[in-house]
Amino acid sequence: MDYSQFLYMHEELALLLVIVVMFIYDLVVCTDRKDGKPVLNTAVPVVLMTLLTIFNAIPECWYLPSCAPVEEAFGGMYQHTPMMTVMKTVLNIGTLIVFLMAHRYLSRDENRVKQGEFYILTMSTLLGMYFMISAGHFLMFFIGLELASVPMTALVAYDKWRATSAEAGAKYILVALFSSSLLLYGVSMIYGATGTLYFDDIAARLDGNLLNILGLVFFFTGLAFKISLVPFHLWTADVYEGAPTVVTSYLSVISKGSAAFVLLTILVKVFAPMIQQWQDILFWIIILSITLANIFALRQNNIKRFMAFSAISQAGYLVLGVIAGTAQGMTSLVFYLLVYLAANLGAFAVINSIEQNSGKINISDYNGLYQTNPKLSFLMTLCLFSLAGIPPFAGFFSKFFVFMAAFHQGFHLLVFIALVNTIISLYYYLIIVKAMYINPNDAPIATFRSDGYTRCALFLCTAGVLLLGIASCVYDSIDALSYGIDVQLPSVISSCCGL
Amino acid sequence: MFPLHLFIIIPLLMLLCLWLARGIKAVRGVMLAGSSALLITAISLVVVYLKARQAGAAAEMLFTTDFTWFAPLHINYTVGVDGISVAMLLLSSIIVFTGTFASWRLQPLTKEYFLWFTLLSLGVFGFFISIDLFMMFMFYEVALIPMYLLIGVWGTGRKEYSAMKLTLMLMGASAFLMCGIFGIFYGAGGQTFNILDLAHHTNGAHVIPVAQQYIWFPLTFVGFGVLGAMFPFHTWSPDGHASAPTAVSMLHAGVLMKLGGYGCFRIAMFLMPEAAKALGWIFLIVVAIGVVYGAFSACVQTDMKYINAYSSVSHCGLVLFAILMINRTAATGAILQMLSHGLLTALFFACIGMIYHRAHTRDVRELQGLIRIMPYICVCFVIAGLGNLGLPGFSGFVAEMTIFVGSFQQADTLHRVLTILATTSIVITAVFILRMVGKVMYGVCKNPDHLKLHDATWDEKIAITTLVVCIAGLGLAPLWMSDMINYSVTPIVDHINAAATQLTSLTSFLIP
Repeated sequence: MDYSQFLYMHEELALLLVIVVMFIYDLVVCTDRKDGKPVLNTAVPVVLMTLLTIFNAIPECWYLPSCAPVEEAFGGMYQHTPMMTVMKTVLNIGTLIVFLMAHRYLSRDENRVKQGEFYILTMSTLLGMYFMISAGHFLMFFIGLELASVPMTALVAYDKWRATSAEAGAKYILVALFSSSLLLYGVSMIYGATGTLYFDDIAARLDGNLLNILGLVFFFTGLAFKISLVPFHLWTADVYEGAPTVVTSYLSVISKGSAAFVLLTILVKVFAPMIQQWQDILFWIIILSITLANIFALRQNNIKRFMAFSAISQAGYLVLGVIAGTAQGMTSLVFYLLVYLAANLGAFAVINSIEQNSGKINISDYNGLYQTNPKLSFLMTLCLFSLAGIPPFAGFFSKFFVFMAAFHQGFHLLVFIALVNTIISLYYYLIIVKAMYINPNDAPIATFRSDGYTRCALFLCTAGVLLLGIASCVYDSIDALSYGIDVQLPSVISSCCGL
Repeated sequence: MFPLHLFIIIPLLMLLCLWLARGIKAVRGVMLAGSSALLITAISLVVVYLKARQAGAAAEMLFTTDFTWFAPLHINYTVGVDGISVAMLLLSSIIVFTGTFASWRLQPLTKEYFLWFTLLSLGVFGFFISIDLFMMFMFYEVALIPMYLLIGVWGTGRKEYSAMKLTLMLMGASAFLMCGIFGIFYGAGGQTFNILDLAHHTNGAHVIPVAQQYIWFPLTFVGFGVLGAMFPFHTWSPDGHASAPTAVSMLHAGVLMKLGGYGCFRIAMFLMPEAAKALGWIFLIVVAIGVVYGAFSACVQTDMKYINAYSSVSHCGLVLFAILMINRTAATGAILQMLSHGLLTALFFACIGMIYHRAHTRDVRELQGLIRIMPYICVCFVIAGLGNLGLPGFSGFVAEMTIFVGSFQQADTLHRVLTILATTSIVITAVFILRMVGKVMYGVCKNPDHLKLHDATWDEKIAITTLVVCIAGLGLAPLWMSDMINYSVTPIVDHINAAATQLTSLTSFLIP
């Protein structure tokens, strides 16, 4: 056996190393001291995570000009392209911001004891996502998926003393298992039809018969649960509401983002011959996700539930990048994800900060926030505007590019429906802005100062929201690495609907 | 060569300084310096532009600069101006300058107010200098969203409702517009966002297939038309204007609504001439109805801001009406009307705002004989009224005269009938303007509270005097401006007219 193959996996190995270091550190250092209180230390995981991000991203920068081809290890079980590193780096940055946000939450008395677990569990799910992204074989992919879901359950139920958190954990594990089994069922059908589980081989043997289509549908269903697309979204609101806010933010960005990216790579790589079929499926799924989620979001008062529906509709926009199936689609998807990460984590950082300091999580509690916490309200406004796609914030650019990618492939009607939906979404984002700036309130949330780590997270998010769009180099360098199916342009666009 | 980037850099610097400013004096200082700098830049742009034309610069756009922005998507940062955009930039800078003085004493949250105000003007300036479709659309949206907070936080009356309605309707329009822009971009081959390249089929752009134009033209035209208060999508405008604080009404009616007409002309019609000629008559009918409808609606209003807002609907309708006539004289008139209406409405809203600030009512029935109490404001109010109804000597006359002369040159029945219909709006405008001015200004004031009111303060005087001077200046010496505009309108109109068309056959089919 050629052991140098392991070098291809240097990203996973580095993350594994970090997990092990954290584990040992947690065992050795964070034990009870003289006063019997556990030592709280956020700096160590933050520094480790930063190092990891840099370590993973830097070597890749050398390849950039040459655009290294696909590397394979273990006979094709594990694949690696520069694009995957970009995606992993995006996830790393997101995780880093979540760690920064979590400081105040973890320093509460009931959480201090299990602070180490939080980091280890989070990074384990991250490791699962790494494997999911880099898989070249369905078994590898499934292992990654499970590794990403099971520790997640523990995180969702982290506040085990709180009934809603425990309930959310139970819901999450049930849904995750159910969706995994559906996915496995789909994979087994594909195996039955093609006789292999290697991605590269499957693509050559698919012919679009009924068994293949069934396999595709079940496989898609399994992933759609993860991305929380309508009609597989029913768990989302409850889990988002019940889980601790930091975990919710992790779920809504990192977990969802990696699943969407994997959906794209697998559809493009494995199901390329069946592009007609999966585009049809995605077409309706996107319309349903965006529209229904937007309508439900209108009536929410709990801000975490609200963010859940907003995240579902954002997932719909994400999948707009998938439906194109082109290199342009992949670029816009990863870019969208990066921008969405900055904006959504920024909004969650504000929500978390308010929840930790005042315990309030209803939109009506936000009334008059501007009078007492002008800076937080301002940052929240920036993030919401970015989510709604208002220039000059990054969200405008990412939305524009995703729409452009879908429009390029002739999905004119779909883009139009999505655009009309952005107005509904603007309405509900404005409701929060209105609460903070306009609605009067006799007893607004008291003025408070957030801790240094949260400020750091907010700074990173704000910088992302303000700069990612205008600095075109980000988009350009992602574009240099992306790949997709070369779909023939629909010759007659004059039919206008592209249905 | 003129550095057009100044129009983006100055507002950005203003935003930065406002962010750092502490205390109301610093905020005012920043605004005064910034808006004066913008005004000076705009005036020197006009001078430099006219000199360049005299020296024989014949390019369609002058002072163009081009940087690649998003290379894979062919999005560039491209700026340049022609006579139309120079006129619009001058107008915007005047309105921003006077708007700053009109909100000089605005109290709660002054700094935040001016932050959003500056962001709004950044959008407006950016829109008028850009010749890249993406950039234009981006700045268009930048100009929209601050309106929500400006009206919602600092407005009066049903401000939350109006702010939400305005924002959602305009954003809805921008959804149409975005679809239209994608259609134009990919219809022309997906190689360039540059308006000139798209129009002249250079740099990889080819003719947009006519069948596609029939879809993208209405989307784009309606998208811009909503912002230009096109009937029946004008309903955001009266509510929005009535609830907005004074300076925001000024900026919005004065400049922002002009984005609509400008976009309809420069993007929808210029880039899709075949569809513009074939489908233009539908919009022409709608717009002509809007012109008369706006004027009639203004007659039955009692709130002065509503009166002016409906009168704006009518006057902005005239802009679109003239553009759709597709001839040089009418199009020149349209741009002149944008200028003139921008100045006049701004003056009107400024005066109404000042009266409201003192009397705490805008209801025509409760005000009487104000001209003896606050002569300065009221004289300007009368000037605004007379200018609005087209009295010779003010800018309104020049603009409307050019429009109607141009429109009457279209000799077929449909255009003639619609022109006559639209001309009636002048009479109706006279009715409501004279009634309002007569009722509010003259007579004897019976309300004892109103007798104690004071006249304009120095900052208000600066605001309204500047506007009056500009209105009279444009009214008395319009030729340099109309020549400048006419020079730039000509290539656009000729380009549209050159398109193969079924215009006459369609209309003669409908109206024999």
